[in-house]
Amino acid sequence: MKKNTNKGSAPLLDVRNLQTYFKTDEGIVKAVDGISFTLGEGETLGIVGESGSGKSVTNLSIMRLIQSPPGKIVGGQILFEGKDILTLSEKELRHVRGNEISMIFQDPMTSLNPFLRISTQMIETILLHQKMTKKEALKKSIDMLKLVGIPAAEERVHNYPHQFSGGMRQRVMIGMALSCEAKVLIADEPTTALDVTIQAQILELINELAKKLNTAVILITHDLGVVAGMCDTVCVMYAGKIVEKAKTEDLYASPSHPYTFGLIQSVPRLDKAQDGKLYSIEGQPPNVIDLPECCPFHPRCNKKMDICTYKYPPVKKVGENHEVACWLYADEKEKSST
Amino acid sequence: MSDSDMNLKQPILEVKDLKQHFPIESGLLLKKQVGAVRAVDGISFDLLPGETLGIVGESGCGKSTTVRAISQLYTPTSGSVILNGLDLINASKKETLEARKDMQMIFQDPYASLDPRMTVRTIIAEPLEIYKRRGMLDTQMSRNDIENRVEELMERVGLNRAFKNRYPHEFSGGQRQRIGIARALALNPKIILADEPVSALDVSIQSQILNLLHELQQELGLTYIFIAHDLAVIEYISTRVAVMYLGKIMELSRAADPYKNPLHPYTKALLSAAPIPDPVIERKRQRIILTGDVPSPNVERHGCYFYDRCPSRMAKCKENIPQMKRVDEHHEVACFLYE
Ligand SMILES: Nc1ncnc2c1ncn2[C@@H]1O[C@H](COP(=O)(O)OP(=O)(O)OP(=O)(O)O)[C@@H](O)[C@H]1O
Ligand SMILES: Nc1ncnc2c1ncn2[C@@H]1O[C@H](COP(=O)(O)OP(=O)(O)OP(=O)(O)O)[C@@H](O)[C@H]1O
Ligand SMILES: [Mg+2]
Ligand SMILES: [Mg+2]
Repeated sequence: MKKNTNKGSAPLLDVRNLQTYFKTDEGIVKAVDGISFTLGEGETLGIVGESGSGKSVTNLSIMRLIQSPPGKIVGGQILFEGKDILTLSEKELRHVRGNEISMIFQDPMTSLNPFLRISTQMIETILLHQKMTKKEALKKSIDMLKLVGIPAAEERVHNYPHQFSGGMRQRVMIGMALSCEAKVLIADEPTTALDVTIQAQILELINELAKKLNTAVILITHDLGVVAGMCDTVCVMYAGKIVEKAKTEDLYASPSHPYTFGLIQSVPRLDKAQDGKLYSIEGQPPNVIDLPECCPFHPRCNKKMDICTYKYPPVKKVGENHEVACWLYADEKEKSST
Repeated sequence: MSDSDMNLKQPILEVKDLKQHFPIESGLLLKKQVGAVRAVDGISFDLLPGETLGIVGESGCGKSTTVRAISQLYTPTSGSVILNGLDLINASKKETLEARKDMQMIFQDPYASLDPRMTVRTIIAEPLEIYKRRGMLDTQMSRNDIENRVEELMERVGLNRAFKNRYPHEFSGGQRQRIGIARALALNPKIILADEPVSALDVSIQSQILNLLHELQQELGLTYIFIAHDLAVIEYISTRVAVMYLGKIMELSRAADPYKNPLHPYTKALLSAAPIPDPVIERKRQRIILTGDVPSPNVERHGCYFYDRCPSRMAKCKENIPQMKRVDEHHEVACFLYE
C-alpha cells in the first residue's frame, strides 16, 4: 500500500469551497455545495457517499465537464499546481484534460464508443495529447493493453468494445487514462459494475501503476472496503457537502460524524460474526432540491440537537488532518452565535 | 435454529442435478441451434424449512437462472425441483400454479422490477387478484379484504399506508424494494427467492432491508434462497452458503465456513478478493489475484470448470470433472484436492 507522500508543500490539487448547482424544473439542485479538499502528489484520496451525494459532480467539476445549462459552477476555486482551472481558456483546458488530469468514468459500457475499434479509440486519445505517428501510437496502445493485462494484445487491440468483457473494457479505460501519464487520475467508481475477483485485479492495477508513475488518484466509491485498502485520505460526502475528512486509519478507528459512524457500522463484515440486527441508519437521504440551511443529516441522526434543524454546523478539527462538520464538536460560542 | 432440529426436518425443497441450458441459434430464417449457454449445469441441494441458503458467485455464474428455473419461470433442461414432495417439472399446470403460491421472488432492480404505470396498491394486490380470479386463494377475499391485506403488508414492510395510491417513481430505491417485498409476501409464501435484493441499494439502506428480511423470516417462519455477490452480506443473512462458478456449485457449507474454513480454491480467491472495511486488516492482507476473466459458459467442459483460472490445478483436473464430496457433516466441496 502507498504511504502518504503529501509533504506539506503546496498540494497538487486544491479545491476550495466548490459549489456546483443545477437548475431544474423543481428547483435548484445544490449537487455540490461548498466543498474543500486537497490532493498531494502521489496521494490516493477516496470520496465516499450515497448515491446522489455529489461525488461525480465534484469530479466532473474538476474536469470542467459540467453540462451548462442545466449545471453551473457557481462558486469556489480549483487550483491545479497553483492555477485556477475555473479561469482557464478552452485551449488550456484541453491541455489539462488528459495531459495533467485524466478520468475513468463511472460506466465502462458507455464511455467507449461501441462502433469504433479499441485501436482507433486508443490511438485517437494518444494523438490528442502526444506528438507521435499513428504507428507509434498503435504500438503504445498495444503496450498499454499488455500493461493492463489483456492477453494477445496485438490482435485484440483491433476488436470492438462488445468483444471485450466488462472487466476488460474497464481495463482498457484505465489503460487509456494512464497512457497520457497524467499527474492526477480521477477514477469514478471504476469497479462498481465488476465482480470482486476482477475488482481485485483492477484495484491492484491502479495501485501498482499509480505507484510506478507517481500519479495522484481520486477514487470515488461507495464501497468502504475498497477505501480501506486503497486510500490514504477519505472524504465522506452527504447531500453535496463533505461531512468528514480524515486519514483512512483515523476515519475507521474514530469516525466522528454520526453519518460516518452509521455507515461503517451498517456494513456486514466477513471478519466478524454478526448475529441479530445490523446497525442501521433509519430514513432516506434527503432531496437536495431547495435544501434549507440545516444539517442535511439531522432527520436521520440519532444525536440530533435543536440547532441541527436550522443551522449548518461549522467544520471542526477533531484530530490531526481530521475534520468534521457536526454540531457535536462545536463550542458554545459557535452554537450561541445565531 | 440449532443444527439438531434442522436434522430432524424434511426438506421443503429438493433440487437434483438441475440443468438450465439456453439454445444459441444462428441463421436468419431457418434458425438452427449451434450451441448452448450452459447457464446452470447440474446443481443439487436441499433446503430445510426456516433456513437461508445463500448463493454467491460472480456475474454470469448462473445465480439468477438457478432461482428462475426453480420457480419455473423457465422450463429446466433436465433435473428435478421438488417442492414439498411435489415434482414441479412433471406436475400439471394447475399443481404448479398452486405450488408457486408457496414460492415467491424478490428481484434485484427495484427500478425495473415494478410496473411504472401501476400504483403501489395494484402492485402489491396483483398476486392476490390473479389467484382470486382463478379461484385458487386459500380463503375467499372480498375487495375490502384485499384492501386491508395491502395496508397490512405495507405497514409490515415499513411503508406508510397513506402512500397506497402513489406510483413507483415517487419512491426511493429502498422504498421500492419494500414494495417488492410486500408483493412477494401477499400470498403468504413459505419460500422467498431473493435475487440480489440489496445489491442496487446504498449501504445505509442496504442494512435496513437486510434487517427487514431477517425480521420477516423470524416472524413468519420463512425459508429463503438469497442471492448476492457480496460475501459479507451472504455470510450475515445465510445459514448455509453455496458458492457457484460457471453454472456449478463448487462448495456448499455452513455460513461461517467460507470465511473460517474455505476449501475450494475458487472460494479462497473470492474470499481474498472481498474487501474488508478496516484499513488495518485490509493493508496486511495477502490477496490471491486470479488471472483472466470468467470463461464463457457456452462450451461443454470435460474437466473442472475452474481449471483455467485455478492457482492449484493439477493434471487430472483438466480431463475429469470433480464431483461434490462431503468432507464433514455440513461441508461439501467439488475439488480433487479433497479426494
Ligand atoms: N444534469 C443534471 N441535472 C440535474 N441534476 C443533476 C444533474 N447531474 C447531477 N444532478 C444531481 O446532482 C446530485 C449529485 O449527483 P452525482 O452524480 O454527483 O451523485 P453521485 O454521488 O455521483 O451518485 P452515484 O453514487 O449514484 O454515482 C444528484 O442529486 C443528481 O440528481
Ligand atoms: N434467457 C437467456 N438466454 C440466453 N442466455 C441466458 C439467458 N439468461 C441468462 N443467460 C446466460 O446464462 C448465464 C448465467 O446468467 P445468470 O443471469 O443466471 O447469471 P447471474 O449469476 O445471475 O449473474 P449476475 O450476477 O450478473 O446477475 C450467463 O452467461 C447469461 O448470459
Ligand atoms: Mg456518481
Ligand atoms: Mg443475476
